[in-house]
Amino acid sequence: MSAVGDIVHMYREMRRIRAFEDRLMDLKAGGEVPGSMHLTNGQEAIAVGVASVLRPDDYVTATYRGHGWAISRGSDLTGLFAEVMARSGGVNGGRAGSPYFSDASINFLGENSIVGAGVPIAAGAALSAQRHGQGQVSVVAIGDGATNQGAVHEALNLAAALTLPMVLVVENNIYSEMVRIKDMTKIDQLAIRAEGYGIPGVTIDGNDPAVVAAAAADAVERARRGEGPTLIEAMTQRLVGHHSGDAQHYRPRGEVAEAALDEPLHRIRSAADATLLAELDAIDAEVTAEIEHAVAAARATELPDPNTAKDHVYA
Amino acid sequence: MPDATQTLSYIQAVQHGLRWSLEALDDTVIFGEDVAVPGGPFGATKNLHRDFGDSRIFDTPISETAFLGMALGAAMTGLRPIAEIMYADFMFVAMDQLVNQIANTHYVSRGTYGAPLVIRTQQGYSSGSCAQHSHSIEAYIAHTPGLRLAVPSTADDAYQMLRAAIVSDDPVVVAEARMLYPTKGDVRLDAPVEPIGGGRITREGADVTIVAWSRMAAAALEAAEELAADGIDVEVVDPRWLAPLDFDLIAASVRKTGRLVIAHEANLTGGFGAEIAARAAEECFSDLRAPIARVGAPDVPTPAAPALQAVVIPSAADVVSAVRRVVR
Ligand SMILES: Cc1ncc(C[n+]2csc(CCOP(=O)(O)OP(=O)(O)O)c2C)c(N)n1
Repeated sequence: MSAVGDIVHMYREMRRIRAFEDRLMDLKAGGEVPGSMHLTNGQEAIAVGVASVLRPDDYVTATYRGHGWAISRGSDLTGLFAEVMARSGGVNGGRAGSPYFSDASINFLGENSIVGAGVPIAAGAALSAQRHGQGQVSVVAIGDGATNQGAVHEALNLAAALTLPMVLVVENNIYSEMVRIKDMTKIDQLAIRAEGYGIPGVTIDGNDPAVVAAAAADAVERARRGEGPTLIEAMTQRLVGHHSGDAQHYRPRGEVAEAALDEPLHRIRSAADATLLAELDAIDAEVTAEIEHAVAAARATELPDPNTAKDHVYA
Repeated sequence: MPDATQTLSYIQAVQHGLRWSLEALDDTVIFGEDVAVPGGPFGATKNLHRDFGDSRIFDTPISETAFLGMALGAAMTGLRPIAEIMYADFMFVAMDQLVNQIANTHYVSRGTYGAPLVIRTQQGYSSGSCAQHSHSIEAYIAHTPGLRLAVPSTADDAYQMLRAAIVSDDPVVVAEARMLYPTKGDVRLDAPVEPIGGGRITREGADVTIVAWSRMAAAALEAAEELAADGIDVEVVDPRWLAPLDFDLIAASVRKTGRLVIAHEANLTGGFGAEIAARAAEECFSDLRAPIARVGAPDVPTPAAPALQAVVIPSAADVVSAVRRVVR
């Protein structure tokens, strides 16, 4: 496990996610990525901050905007590139693509393309954890819009009632697809919903990985102690569209530019002294090399064998 | 050690199957509404909480979506959950978890995650049951790749097929027949656990094949007796599992008799009978001596009034007249 609040480490992880997605956009432009993607640009501090306090045997479940969650947990970049590029070397051999992949090797139960549906599943992993008695925790990420889904409400109540070791992270990026969350609910802070389930809820700055790590550490420790779920609402913004082809006509002029001044990587760089900046530049260069290596390795894997299209429907 | 074979009601057989699973497999957990201390709305889990405690069997909130999803997450991470949906009709509330989540998991992860779970439920009409407590959901389930579906029609099958479902590494829906819960039969309690799949010829005959399952499997046998008096020799096939479907057994019977009647309680349009008819037409066309006939409910929601139910719910008499049509 990495040290909580180790900002250089967290910078590297966030840079890896950013670079992974930037590279995917190039690949998409070059026709190497079928389908659309939901990028996490600007939101990286949440996954990275949470991951920094997890054990390898903890479970994580994310939304279709889940590249960062998988990477922060240590999923192999080649497998992820290959998956999004629909190649046989993908973590799921190209069956899942960008919005629905899982990685059993790191207890990443998967993304979910049905808004809110991951929370019941995460509750199930938490049930296993509770029964196995090894102190594992189940973390699930959803968006702000997902908080309005019945599945989320049901699962939170159930997890609270059964005192399951679950942490719900709401990535509040202000928008639910193309509408503002504030136009879709009457409450200013989504975290206050926690009170209705009898569990703690906090709203935090989601652009600071150290702040996220601290809140996550509290929630995770609470869950490990057997005290049940916590809801963390992490405030952030996405620097890109809802999906890779979104022109964002619904966003006011200047909103993205302003958000770019507050995004986690920029924040760290703008507060850094010369020595740290040099270190960060070196990290960027290393990450670029790592990414290029992974892309080449992903490209080197075959397209999926058509004869396997019917495999794995049943165990 | 109890007698190896006991006469039990269908619901008692289910109870024995659940008890077996808790004893035989450490990782099974049972949950659903009213299943723990109350012992289940129909008594399927009677005394199991007393004997196995909270860690193996517990009540959930009335949240079908949440607890079917919980079954999936638990199955993906090492448990073998058995979730009870009180009435099959309530499955629709959680269709996302069933169709988009549970059914997809193994395929989309390329087999790196599985969903070895069982969803137990019961289906069909009963006297006075309304349109929200009478659905036969088999066609919805069987249509979904990735799911297995059991429709036991006898006490012994209720026990054997439930155990097969529990040891299966696939997600299995066991749709019991509420109307059959009190019916008794010999149950082989220490039979070896069977693999999932496989139908059965429950009556041999030469003139016409009736394929029927769940409550209609018994109705078909009743119809066969009546037809025998008229010299019509009926073969009855109970497919037992609709996914995987033992079509070879059906095809062999159709080749022998040359006539096929399919009977189910669900309404006809898009029902599973249409699937069997289509396959029989594709694979047994030259063996058929008469058009295929289907018996099912008309396409209306199930009314509550017994007087109205009597008109729409298929019966042994409907099977008899369908057979008469094809042997004419
Ligand atoms: C059940 C369901 N309804 C609608 C959609 C279409 N959809 C995809 S993403 C999305 C917005 C979700 O917003 P939010 O939960 O805030 O997550 P974000 O995309 O902002 O991360 C919608 C409506 C869906 N995928 N699933």
